Amino acid sequence: MNGLLPDLPVGRVLDVVRAPDPVLAARCTEVDPADPHVVQLAADLLATQRVSPGCVGLAANQVGLGWRVFSVDVTSHPKARTSHGAFVLVNPVLVEASRNERGREGCMSVPDLTGDVKRATRVAVRGMLPGSGEQVLVETDAFEARALQHELDHLDGLVFLDRVAGAHAVFARRVYL
Amino acid sequence: MPLLAVTVLGHDRPGIIADVTGVLADLGGNLEDSSMTRLRGHFAMTLVVRTQVPAPVVQAELTPAVPDLVVAVRDLPDEPAPPSTGPCWVLSVHGADRPGIVSTVTHLLASYGGNVTDLTTRLSGELYLLVAEVELPEATDVVDLQRALAGVASGLGVEATLRPAEADVL
Repeated sequence: MNGLLPDLPVGRVLDVVRAPDPVLAARCTEVDPADPHVVQLAADLLATQRVSPGCVGLAANQVGLGWRVFSVDVTSHPKARTSHGAFVLVNPVLVEASRNERGREGCMSVPDLTGDVKRATRVAVRGMLPGSGEQVLVETDAFEARALQHELDHLDGLVFLDRVAGAHAVFARRVYL
Repeated sequence: MPLLAVTVLGHDRPGIIADVTGVLADLGGNLEDSSMTRLRGHFAMTLVVRTQVPAPVVQAELTPAVPDLVVAVRDLPDEPAPPSTGPCWVLSVHGADRPGIVSTVTHLLASYGGNVTDLTTRLSGELYLLVAEVELPEATDVVDLQRALAGVASGLGVEATLRPAEADVL
């Protein structure tokens, strides 16, 4: 276990929901981080992410559950600078964001498109760890900051297509990592 | 020198741009602006060409040069570009594909005096996506427009967001 990743049950690989499924467009609800179902979901998100090439984050509604939970793991991604490894946040909130930059994003729920989105390159996100409910503050930058904001958007019912920079900022996906 | 509108559309293949612009260059035409892209396997060119050669002559030269393509050449009034009507916004609409998404959304924008300056659509599996750049008059009640957009989007079963376009920081 690293600092942000508690011991979790064995995760199951779940099917990822694709747009235009309405579960992706609805705001997710807060949950109890100690609820065994939430702890199992945390393990399932990480397990699903792990078997999905290039996937650096997964929100609960991407596996069909409208809960405020997501996983992130940008380990060894070429665009990452700071990395907190694999972790799951419950009821996360963006508390600080600065230095916007445009960058390319993809999403397992929009598998054939990518888009340029302006995001803060420095963020602080507060959330709870699954199981203990311990409050943590994740301060990060670059690609991990982008991944966190992308996942936070999911929990508010938004996908990156809602934030693309313009009519010519959407592209057919060419690369599957 | 007069301006012509030249549109060319047809099944994509290598050499379409070279063929079309070759004929125009031989006629002394100057490409003042253009948009060229592939639309579901068809290559589409829209050109603004300045030339002394009358439109019917350009049409008569172009048509046999690219017999596999649909060519239209028309006179274009030479007017200055319209001034910007106001700040630029980006509208994103996505959801299950169905007829009427573009017309419904653009009718609403037009009713608020919004001027669409660029618009692209994509169909990816079941997902239809429209992204438009829109100039809105300074006095637009954007909150009211966003509410109206949410209403028509809900009727269409799609999601719509309208956000200010990010200005470039140079």
